[in-house]
Amino acid sequence: MTQMAPSQNNLSELESDAIEIMREVVSEAKNPVMLYSVGKTSAVMLHLAKKAFFPSSPPFPLMHVDTTWEFQEIYKLRDKAAQDAGMELIIHQNSEAMEIGINPFEHGVLHTEIWKAEELKQAPDNYGFDATFDGARRNDVTSRVSDRILSFRSAQHRLASRAQRPELWSLYNARIAAGESIRVFPLANWTELDIWQYIYIERIDVVPLYFAALRPTVERDGMLLMVDDERFPLEQGEIPVMRSIRFRTLGCYPLTGALESEAATLIEVIQEMFLTTTSERQGRAIGN
Amino acid sequence: MKNQMYKAGSQANEDIDVYLDRNQNKSVLRFITCGSVGDGKSTLVGRLLYESKMLFQDQLTQLEEDSKKLGTRGQDIDFALLVDGLSAQRDQGITIDVTYHFFATQKRRFIVADTPGHEQYTRNMITGASTAQLAVIVIDACKGVLEQSRRHIYLCHLLGIRNIVLAVNKMDLIGYDQSVFEAIVSDYTEFATIVGISEHIAIPISGFRGDNIVACSDSMAWYTGLPLLAHLEALELEHRSGMPQDFCMPVQWINSPHSGFRGFSGRIASGTIEPGDEVRILPSARTSKVDRIVTFDGDLNKASAGQSITLTLNEEVDCSRGQIITAAAPPLEVADQFEITLIWMDEKALLPGRSYYLKIGTQMVSASLAEPKYQVNVNTLGHTATKTLELNEIGVTTLTTERPIPFAPFAKNRTLGGFILIDKMTNATVGAGLIKFALRRAQNIHWQPTDVTRDHRAQLKKQKAIVLWMTGLSGSGKSTIANAVELKLTQINRHTFLLDGDNVRHGLNKDLGFTEADRIENIRRVGEVAKLMTDAGLIVITAFISPFKSEREMVRNMMEDGEFIEVFIDAPLSAVEKRDVKGLYAKARAGQLANFTGIDSPYEAPENPEIRIDTTQTTIDEAAQIIFEAILKFGN
Repeated sequence: MTQMAPSQNNLSELESDAIEIMREVVSEAKNPVMLYSVGKTSAVMLHLAKKAFFPSSPPFPLMHVDTTWEFQEIYKLRDKAAQDAGMELIIHQNSEAMEIGINPFEHGVLHTEIWKAEELKQAPDNYGFDATFDGARRNDVTSRVSDRILSFRSAQHRLASRAQRPELWSLYNARIAAGESIRVFPLANWTELDIWQYIYIERIDVVPLYFAALRPTVERDGMLLMVDDERFPLEQGEIPVMRSIRFRTLGCYPLTGALESEAATLIEVIQEMFLTTTSERQGRAIGN
Repeated sequence: MKNQMYKAGSQANEDIDVYLDRNQNKSVLRFITCGSVGDGKSTLVGRLLYESKMLFQDQLTQLEEDSKKLGTRGQDIDFALLVDGLSAQRDQGITIDVTYHFFATQKRRFIVADTPGHEQYTRNMITGASTAQLAVIVIDACKGVLEQSRRHIYLCHLLGIRNIVLAVNKMDLIGYDQSVFEAIVSDYTEFATIVGISEHIAIPISGFRGDNIVACSDSMAWYTGLPLLAHLEALELEHRSGMPQDFCMPVQWINSPHSGFRGFSGRIASGTIEPGDEVRILPSARTSKVDRIVTFDGDLNKASAGQSITLTLNEEVDCSRGQIITAAAPPLEVADQFEITLIWMDEKALLPGRSYYLKIGTQMVSASLAEPKYQVNVNTLGHTATKTLELNEIGVTTLTTERPIPFAPFAKNRTLGGFILIDKMTNATVGAGLIKFALRRAQNIHWQPTDVTRDHRAQLKKQKAIVLWMTGLSGSGKSTIANAVELKLTQINRHTFLLDGDNVRHGLNKDLGFTEADRIENIRRVGEVAKLMTDAGLIVITAFISPFKSEREMVRNMMEDGEFIEVFIDAPLSAVEKRDVKGLYAKARAGQLANFTGIDSPYEAPENPEIRIDTTQTTIDEAAQIIFEAILKFGN
C-alpha cells in the first residue's frame, strides 16, 4: 500500500519520538527487554516496537511479570500478542513470593510491593538485561514529572540519582558499566488521551476489560471489585452482583477498582473519559 | 471561581469524531519557562494548566482544599500549588531538575519544561531548553530585568530558541502601570539586541489574577497585543531540528531481517526524501539512489523531517550506524577540527587534552578539547581568560575529533551541530557543545601515501612492529625492566627503541609540568612518537607512569589492532615508597612535590593488561624474561 506521508502532528510526532528512542537503545544496549503488562500502554508500546523495527521483528523479548493474580483476560491476550509480534515472551514469576504464598487478599500492599519492586531486581539479575523498556508516562503519576527518558540504576538496582544524566536534544547516552542497567521510557511524553486515541487510530487490540460489560462484582470500602475467578474469597453474606463495569487501569484483579459505565466501545470510552471527573489512578487501591 | 465549566468539559456535546480528528491534528509546542522562585513562575504555569481545563474534578477539589490550608492567597486558589505541590513530592532527596507539564487547548498541545532559575541549575536549564521551540522568560514587574533574567535570555538564544516571550508578571502589584512595563521592555530590548535577538515580544500579565493569560485584561486596555495563551497558540512553528534544508538522516540501525533486505533506519533530521532521489553516504561519500521508504504502514512515496523511517537503496553500499544519508548535492561538510561553544555539565572540571567520547547524531567518536579561548560571563556576556571550565561554565574552544565527521553549524541544524561529551571512564554526560564552524576542512589535509609502507619497513627488519607500554607507580622498576628487555631483544637482532619518561621530559616534553592536563599532553605526545616509530618498523618500549586509563586507551586506539601491549608493572605503594630510590616519595609526603602519583594524584591500575608483572614475586631478570617470551609470542 502506498500512501502520502502524514503531516507531522501530535500523535505522529510522539510516535516518531518513541521509535527513535527504541532504535537508539537497541543500538547501544547489549541485552534489552520490554516490560509487557498487557495493559493499554503496554499494547501501544508493543505496537510502536513493531513499527520501529519493521520488517524485522523487535530484536528483544517481552517480559510479563506475572503475579498469578492477573485478570483471566490478560492471560488470553498476552500469548496471542507476543506470537503476533514474533517475539519471545518471558513470563517472570517471583519465586520468593510464590514460595511464601503471598496473595493480594491477605497481604494487600505487601503483595504489590514484593511483586512489583522485586521484579525490577530479580529480572535483570536472572536474565542479564541491561536496558528495560517501560511504558510509564511523565504525566501519569505526579512523581514522574521529572523522570528522564533514560533512567540509570546502579548494580544494586537503586535509582542512582546522582548518576542521572542531562538529556540534550535527542542525544541519549546509554553507556553503562557492567552490572548497571537502564530503565527506558519511550512513552514519557504521552498523555492518557494520546494512548486511547492511538489505540483507536491504529486499531490496536486491547483487553476487553477496558470496555463496559455485565460482570460479577462486589463492593468493598467504596471500591467495586470484579469477581474474576473462584479464588476470590467472598465475605460472609457477600453475593456478587452483575453490574455494567469497565476498568481504567488493570492491576491485580483483587486490588483494581472498576467504574460503573455503559461505555462498551472504544469511542464511547474516549467520550466518557473526557466527561470523567476523576484522575486515572483513583481506581486502583495501590499505586505502583 | 467558575468551577462548573471544568466539571463537564466543553467537549461534552461535541461530535466525538470531530473532537478526535481535531485533537490528533493539533500541533505540539514545546516551551520552557525561565524564572526563579518569587517571580510567580509556578503560579503562571499552574494558571495555564488550570485554564486549559486539563484538570479532573478530584484534582480541582484537592487544589481548593490545599489552597485554603497551604496557600498564600487567602481564600483564593493558589495556582502555584499545582506545580509546587508536585515538586514537593518530587524533590524527596533528589536534585532539583527539569519538570514537565502537559496541557492542551482547542488549537494546540503544549509540553512545558519547567526549570529552576538559579545559576547552579544552568545545566538543568540547558537540558530543558534543548528541546524547546519557545521560551517564556518570567520577569517580576516589581523587580525588573535582573542579572538572572539576562542569563536566561542568553542561554535560550545560545541553544537556538528563536521565539522568546518576555512575560512581565505581577502587573497587579504595580497598579497595571504602563510606564513601568515599558521601562522593563526597553531594558530587555537593549540586552536582547546585544545577544542577537531581533524580534521582541513582551506581554504584561498577572498569573495570579489571570490578566492577559487567556483573555485581554480590562485593567490594561493600553496593551494591544495578544494574551499569552493566544500568542502560544498562534505562533508559527518550525521543525525542532532547525531551518528547512536538504535531506539528511543519521543512520540509527541497520534493518536486516534476512539476506534479501537491507534497510537503513533513522529519523529524518532535515528535508524530504522520495524513492528515486540520489543520496550520498557520509563520510564515505559513496552515492546511491533511494529504492523504497519502508514503514510498518506500507511504503511511502515521500517522507520529511521528523519522521522515523527505513530506507532501502538501489545499489549495495557500505553504510553503518553513525553514518549519514544525505542529499547527493550539495554534500554536507566533513571536518575533524571545530570551533565550538561548550557548556560544561560535570562536577569534575574539563581536562584539556583528555580523550572524551563525542556523540553527535548517531555516531560516537573519540575527541579532545583544547584549553578554552575564553569563558563567557553569562551575566554580562564579557569574555574572561581561563584554562578550564567548571560545572555550569560556558566557553569557546577548539574540538578535535579522532576521525572526520559530517556536520552542520548548530545555527543551521540542531541535529548535526549539537553534541554531547561523555567521560570514557564514568560514562557520565559531562558537556554539551554547539559547533560554530570547522577550523580545518578534512579534505584539505590529505594523508600523503608513501610507496614504502610500514609493513615493508617491518619486514626489512624481519620483525613485527609493536609498542610495549609499561605502566606503574614511580619506582616500580619500569625503566630497569624496560632496559633489560631491550637488551634481550637486541641480542637476537631485533630493532628497538626505548622511550623513557624521564628522558623525554628533558627534550620533547620539557615544556610540560605535572598537572593533570600536562600529564595528558605528555602521554599524547609520547603516543604519537611511538606511533611514528612503529610506522618505521621498530619495537618500541616505553616506560611512563601513565597513571590514567583514558590516556592509555587513547594511545591504544592510535595503534593498529594487536600492536599495543600494555605491561602493568604492579608494585604496591607501600613497597615503592619504602625503597624510594629517587627520594621522591619522601619529598611528596613532605609536601614539597605536588601532583605525585600515588600520594596526591591517583593511579588508575589497568584492568586487563596484556602482561602483568607482580614485582613482589618476580626479580628484574625474571620479569624481563617473561616479557621477552611474550613478545616472541606476539609475532616476533
